[in-house]
Amino acid sequence: METIGVIDYGMGNLHSLAKSLERVAGNQRIFVSYDTKALLECDRLVLPGVGGVRACMDELRRLELDQMVLEAARKRPLLGVCLGMQVLLERSDENGGVNALGLIPGSVVRFPDPAPETETEPHHERLKVPHMGWNQVRQTRPHPVWAGVPDDSWFYFVHSYHAAPQNPAHTLGTADYPQPFAAAIARDNIVGFQFHPEKSQDVGLKLLANFVNWNGEGA
Amino acid sequence: MLAKRVIPCLDIDAGRVVKGVKFEQLRDAGDPVEVARRYDLQGADELVFLDITASADDRPTLFKTVEQVAREIYIPLTVGGGVRTSADVRALLSAGADKVSINTAAVLNPDFVHEAAERFGVQCIVVAIDAKRVKPRKKDADEAPRWQVFTHGGRKSTGLDAIEWAKTMVEKGAGELLVTSMDRDGTKAGYDVELLRAISDAVPVPVVASGGVGTLEHLEQGFSEGGADAVLAASIFHNGTFTVAQAKQYLAEHGVRVRR
Repeated sequence: METIGVIDYGMGNLHSLAKSLERVAGNQRIFVSYDTKALLECDRLVLPGVGGVRACMDELRRLELDQMVLEAARKRPLLGVCLGMQVLLERSDENGGVNALGLIPGSVVRFPDPAPETETEPHHERLKVPHMGWNQVRQTRPHPVWAGVPDDSWFYFVHSYHAAPQNPAHTLGTADYPQPFAAAIARDNIVGFQFHPEKSQDVGLKLLANFVNWNGEGA
Repeated sequence: MLAKRVIPCLDIDAGRVVKGVKFEQLRDAGDPVEVARRYDLQGADELVFLDITASADDRPTLFKTVEQVAREIYIPLTVGGGVRTSADVRALLSAGADKVSINTAAVLNPDFVHEAAERFGVQCIVVAIDAKRVKPRKKDADEAPRWQVFTHGGRKSTGLDAIEWAKTMVEKGAGELLVTSMDRDGTKAGYDVELLRAISDAVPVPVVASGGVGTLEHLEQGFSEGGADAVLAASIFHNGTFTVAQAKQYLAEHGVRVRR
């Protein structure tokens, strides 16, 4: 029986994600843990995450999960969600600048703060930060995780920073706020979603199902 | 681009959905999982559960309800009512809530919001502000409107100015504000759009409009006049006056970008 490891480093809420994975996992087992050795034996890994990037990286390092993820990412399918996606990049501007896992070249930057109200731009058209709610994701290149997911599907987002991959080929899909930003990223056997598939109804579950059935190839 | 959100609010008492007028004449309105599923199918963008259970002993019932709903419904869930400590926040998030709404405890100890935001992330900390209009003094009746923050379901005045309070809460780490007009709550006369606009202009985080919805036009006014990012309503959906889908259809026809 294959096992999906969900990395538990004590930050925020991974129950929803674990439950959604259970729903789509078929006969694969969901294994929630911070045990590096046991996680390395899993067939695929999911790195969730909410909160601040500094606390996230501190906890990953303290539990030696950072090295485990780097090791696992050499061959197994790896999925990062929200903050778990952001730490796949080299560094984040959040919390004064934090070095991250560096699996995907590029950095994580903040949305510009809302501009003051002007005559030409009424207040209700200003963009709030965090970017919170449902937005559409344009699929910018094919990938096995997109199978059966209609282009421009709606997904639920909540974040103030977003990934800016150096290599455009590492962007899998974009959303507009107001400029296009990387909503999904991928490199080889690694994928990352800025949005929450576990909070995005059927289409989110479909995306998770595609990940748990993906062998890490054909990307 | 980001869609404006429509959020049904469910009052929960001892594990059941209830409805009533201002906490009186409560009537059973169903099983939370069934009601949540119905709204999910109608296209609700999120759900808010407000726990109005009188007895603190019934807290485990709430956690069980949240757990059951989170297992079945794959849209964001905010839970409020009686959230006083970090342990409360953790327990609700563990049960499957995505955000918690803090009201009275924020007034009693503003640093609690800071502590919770630091610990769990600003994305899951909603601060609920219950505001009541301050009557203008007669001689300067044309002065700018002001609102005061109330707690305990609108019964207890705090003396705090609602706009200043909104700014303080965002500085402390609120990721979203749920703004309820106590003057309009239960009246079906429409949101207090002046209040919404004043707060929406004052803070960079999303604002959820609440209190007073009686028609679909009121929802639209929450966005166009109030500048809200999301609209919350209870009775128009619970009483079957309108479905969430009808609300979204109306909003789309009136130029509001919604998810459909």
